[in-house]
Amino acid sequence: MIAAEPLFRAEGLSKRYGGVIALDRADLEVRPGRIHAILGENGAGKSTLIKLMVGVVAPDEGRMTLEGREVAFARPAAATDAGVICIFQELSLIPDLSVADNIMISHPPTRFGMIDRPRQRRIAEEALERAGAGDIHPRALVKDLPLSRRQMVEIAKALARQPKILILDEATSALTASDVTKVFEVLKRLRTEGLALLYISHRMHEIAELADECTVFRNGRRIATFAAGTKTDAEVIELMIGREYKHAFPEKPGPKADGRPPALQCRSLGWADRLKDISFSLHAGEIIGLGGLDGQGQRELLLALFGVLRDCRGDILIDGNNVKIESPVAAKSERIGLALIPEDRKTEGLMLPMSVRDNLSAAAFDRFSRFGVIDRQRQSALIDEMIRLIEIKTASPDLAVSALSGGNQQKVVIAKWLMNKPRIILLNDPTRGIDVGTKQEIYRLLRRLADDGAAILLYSTDYDELIGCCDRVLVMYDGAIKRELVGTDITERALVSSALNVQDTEPAEASVP
Amino acid sequence: MTEWRYWFSEQRGTLLAIGIFVAMFLIYATNHPAGFSVNMVQTAANKATLLAFVAMAQAIVVITAGIDLSVGMILTLTNCLASWIVVGTATETALGVIGVLGAGLLCGMINGAVVIFGRLQPIVTTIATGAMYYGVALFLRPNPGGSVNETLADALTGRLFGVLPTSLMALAVTALVIWVPYSRSVVGRAAFATGSSEVAAYMSGAPIRAAKFTAYTLAGLLSAIGGLFLTFFSYTGEAAYASGNAYTLFSIAAVVLGGVSLMGGRGSAIGAIFGALAFRTIGDLLFVFDFDPLWQPLFQGLVLMLAVSIGAFGLVRVRNRLEWFG
Repeated sequence: MIAAEPLFRAEGLSKRYGGVIALDRADLEVRPGRIHAILGENGAGKSTLIKLMVGVVAPDEGRMTLEGREVAFARPAAATDAGVICIFQELSLIPDLSVADNIMISHPPTRFGMIDRPRQRRIAEEALERAGAGDIHPRALVKDLPLSRRQMVEIAKALARQPKILILDEATSALTASDVTKVFEVLKRLRTEGLALLYISHRMHEIAELADECTVFRNGRRIATFAAGTKTDAEVIELMIGREYKHAFPEKPGPKADGRPPALQCRSLGWADRLKDISFSLHAGEIIGLGGLDGQGQRELLLALFGVLRDCRGDILIDGNNVKIESPVAAKSERIGLALIPEDRKTEGLMLPMSVRDNLSAAAFDRFSRFGVIDRQRQSALIDEMIRLIEIKTASPDLAVSALSGGNQQKVVIAKWLMNKPRIILLNDPTRGIDVGTKQEIYRLLRRLADDGAAILLYSTDYDELIGCCDRVLVMYDGAIKRELVGTDITERALVSSALNVQDTEPAEASVP
Repeated sequence: MTEWRYWFSEQRGTLLAIGIFVAMFLIYATNHPAGFSVNMVQTAANKATLLAFVAMAQAIVVITAGIDLSVGMILTLTNCLASWIVVGTATETALGVIGVLGAGLLCGMINGAVVIFGRLQPIVTTIATGAMYYGVALFLRPNPGGSVNETLADALTGRLFGVLPTSLMALAVTALVIWVPYSRSVVGRAAFATGSSEVAAYMSGAPIRAAKFTAYTLAGLLSAIGGLFLTFFSYTGEAAYASGNAYTLFSIAAVVLGGVSLMGGRGSAIGAIFGALAFRTIGDLLFVFDFDPLWQPLFQGLVLMLAVSIGAFGLVRVRNRLEWFG
């Protein structure tokens, strides 16, 4: 089965970010003329491995060899020159340049020191043709192309660089079905041409169609490598999720039926082609989880509820009354009482150089000002109370938020919105990148808020969190709710398989059409 | 057909700037009391050339998503320097010109090096270096004075073949010799890439540092050419603080009028030149319509506001409100 010598070999690669081990002594062998699939959950270490391979970050330990020679890439440009080329999930195209400029960005053909545009254009056209995207005009600006076309340009750009190893990181997630077919033909042709391909995808059927061998990562470690087709989907998912469970979650009180209308209800909510026919109700005292892979519309759903997106379809009902939420200001008004705790605390949640006091006040000035004048005493009282309640560890409310630890910063973000006493709290992955201790405090806080009558919608990329924290979980795929899991049906297996949109081998559970 | 459409879409900002200028200049020329004449064109050209050079400098930096607030001070500094060294015999004058251009290059290189290696924001860096350059200018010319090789000065501010204003020719040649090769070089394209999306440019392995360094350096050189011409027009050197600052601010206005995006990644120095010409024509228009010159700043502001608003129309259609702030 294993024919050629490895083209690329990684041995004992490790990478830490602060206290978090992203990759733990990982090994990998990549052979020419084969497609090697990499599988793993969100945060299993796949992206870190690739970033090491293409020189975006440097490993803490371990070595890499390419064609028998040891390599260390200081910059992406160095990896590109050596023939290790990655098509990134987050696009690396430059919006204001033309397609041809983008394809030949690093090594354009030159004449007298200037870019030889006719030749560049010919090469770009060839590359687009090879990628099966001959319909894209080489002079079009990248920013004018739709996402799926941009992804094809990205593939053409990689091909024009004469890769030895081509890494595709979720490269098909933005593509239309007909593009996927074309790309697969291209990849299979490249395989026969002797390229080594590393294919990262969450789509099991794609891996079944393409891969020669598979490697599974979990918690930063390589778990297994096996020839494709020797394991069932269920066995692969088993490998991905492992058997580790954590008991860090507060008790769930179980559903309380009180006959009141739901605090928040959506009917056929839609936005552009990113949200499709979303319907659910959220009751006071309930924590609903949003699951699924990254980027399946969860973020958009939260933004739509919070009044950031324009031209949404469908209805939103608060306490049974139909409302139009047209801006974050309207969303947080007393009538509606929404709060959105954003994902990227550094840009959307906090003003880092400003003090804890100012950050906590930012969304709640109405609560302690009269006719636009801030009542300092009342402000201080409310802030001290909140700092105690949430247990923010800060020497003084006047300390800059940037001086706090990541976990405490996240608490400030949450506290900032609690100042408003919201009745419906939307959270966008609130525990990403913070330590376990703070995570547990946040879980307890969420449950306490729910017990006090708040309705909570929690998007999380951490399956444990969804299982441990939520009364119900809505799993999203491609902008729609694919499945609703309730109570004990919320298992890692059910979450992963519905997130991947594959059939679970266990008896079918309650599913939402 | 489609080729034309893509070309048009690439050049839209520049074409718009040319359009604005041509329209304004036609109104000016047809209403001029003396009618359209070679003399009138020459006067207009000489007035606009200085700003055009500084606007080109600004455009090259703004394309990298930076900004250079020292361009006006480099102009002032090189003016003062030129009033000392661009004198004497032909050889001495030539060496003097080289010295002045070299000083501009050096100023630009300092800006570039501090921005790249000091990792400071361009706006702060160039405010500081601008103040330093002005300090040197003041040291060179505590009082207005000095002189310049008048033969050379008259040749470069007069007319070629009795028709074409030489200053305009010099501007065109500079654009052709500096901007055209730069914009088509690997480094120049990396400059556009950096301005458009620095992360994507880095991930693609584009030479970001070389691009920024070259941009600031060229900005210094172009400002020095502006300083030389200022000396040719005035025959003296003067460390004039207010006029240096005015050049800096007007250069940003000209760049915006010229269709260069302040967010970086889009525009051309050609557009900036026409932006500068249009900006200068505002004053002339007020003159032919007998407005008090006191109205000039107000009208310059209005025209600028109008031009910027045209660029903001796209925001009306944004569907995710977070993109307003992107």
